Amino acid sequence: MQYLALIYAEDGAGPQPGDADFDSYLQGYMTATKTYQDAGIMRGGEALQPVETATSVRIRGGKTETIDGPFAETKERLGGYYLLDCKDLDQAIEMAALIPTAKHGTVELRPIMHVEFPDQ
Amino acid sequence: MTDAAPDLDAQITRILREDRGRLLAALIRTLRDFDLAEDALQEATTRALVHWGRSGLPNNPQAWLLQVARRAAIDRIRKSKRHAAAEPEVTRLMEDDEADRAADAPEIPDERLRLIFTCCHPALEEKTRVALTLRTVGGLTTREIARAFLDKEAAMGQRLSRAKAKIGAAAIPFAVPERTEWDQRLNSVLMVIYLIFNEGWTAGPSEEPIRTGLCDEALWLARLMAQLAPEEPEIEGLLALMLIAHARHAARFDPEGALVPLDEQDRTQWDGTLIAEGLAVLDVAVARRLPGPFQLQAAISALHAQAKSPAETDWPQILLLYDRLLALSPSPIVALNRIVALAETGALTRARRELSTLSDALSGYQPFHAAVAELANRAGDKGAARSAYDKAIALSRSDAERTWLAARRDGA
Repeated sequence: MQYLALIYAEDGAGPQPGDADFDSYLQGYMTATKTYQDAGIMRGGEALQPVETATSVRIRGGKTETIDGPFAETKERLGGYYLLDCKDLDQAIEMAALIPTAKHGTVELRPIMHVEFPDQ
Repeated sequence: MTDAAPDLDAQITRILREDRGRLLAALIRTLRDFDLAEDALQEATTRALVHWGRSGLPNNPQAWLLQVARRAAIDRIRKSKRHAAAEPEVTRLMEDDEADRAADAPEIPDERLRLIFTCCHPALEEKTRVALTLRTVGGLTTREIARAFLDKEAAMGQRLSRAKAKIGAAAIPFAVPERTEWDQRLNSVLMVIYLIFNEGWTAGPSEEPIRTGLCDEALWLARLMAQLAPEEPEIEGLLALMLIAHARHAARFDPEGALVPLDEQDRTQWDGTLIAEGLAVLDVAVARRLPGPFQLQAAISALHAQAKSPAETDWPQILLLYDRLLALSPSPIVALNRIVALAETGALTRARRELSTLSDALSGYQPFHAAVAELANRAGDKGAARSAYDKAIALSRSDAERTWLAARRDGA
């Protein structure tokens, strides 16, 4: 079962570049990533540019509309993700708990839905 | 045959009451699908009524039900999915089926511990855990659960379907947790059982019997847990706590249905058999030397139960137990109960001072305002007492509580 671990945190929460504990925070991400790779469950994962760089796209009345900014104005912003292939939710929770941002933000686990397209 | 029908009904009802959880757990283990398992068992039950009505009870009704349910599941899977996708489940079902037929007296493996841990998984909302446990392990109907929790049946049905869908889609495991997770996960199960008990406990005698029946349901679940996971002192602690509390049942309400507080109860109405059982279970738990919050709460209850009159209550010992409980599982509610014990030891001024530090955390908690009122009244602060009783009455969830609180307020 694949799970997308969506990493949310409030702006300015947690260690920032220049803080004494920023290095160990980054180190935490390296450790988590290495753990996932060694366990053979890492299917992807990246950090995202800040939410100010977001562009939201939708089509209304047949026209493409763009909005400068994120789709939903929430205090906690999506900052990155991992795609993990775990045996069940218990393992996914255990793995998500290694993400350093979980200490001040929230990691949302969403199982991936497998959509089967009809054979052509 | 027509004479036998009601009897057969009763027998099937009894078999399902006792073994539904066990049969369902065995099916879920193979099927990994709560809904399909429930539907298949339902179908087997319907067929049992017809078959058994004609040819009498089979030798092993449980094995019969399981076998018919498995075949019903195979049919459903084959109808609903493309053949290839259905193969793994069907193969597992057939293997189970063959293994059972090869055995002389097939034994239904007891997978209820997995079932309970799955229903009480922390990835589910607390109320959902309670509902799902009552539905699948306890065998209550959706309508009964809705009534017990004063909910609409449709809303409860949706809650249960969402939970079952999430268990499947998010792959919540049908498994007993690992040792490293054990304490936390067991606590989640025990909290569910205790919530069920408390919901029954707060219901007054004028309310639906299904609500007060929740106490028996919780006791049944705790006994089941003690049997499935033996030598766990916190399970025994919870069982002891509920037994001792339940022993006071008959004394808790006056003939008008108003709540009678502990110190005004007629102690001769307490059920000595339940208290004795509770004390014995607690002794066994404590001897394991792994103290925990439920054992401490049971020990506090035991001290109340052993006092022949309110005046003989060992409050200093109770205060000591609350100190340990607060250290082990700090919470504003434990702190509140500790302060009440502190006041009983005679430290009224200190108790009132400490109580005021909880006002933010417990502003929406009825017993907090009742305690503020009670201690203010004792200190002769009538105005503060009355306004705190008003707050407690406004937050009260049952008529029995409201009636009692109003009488206290009018007496202040």
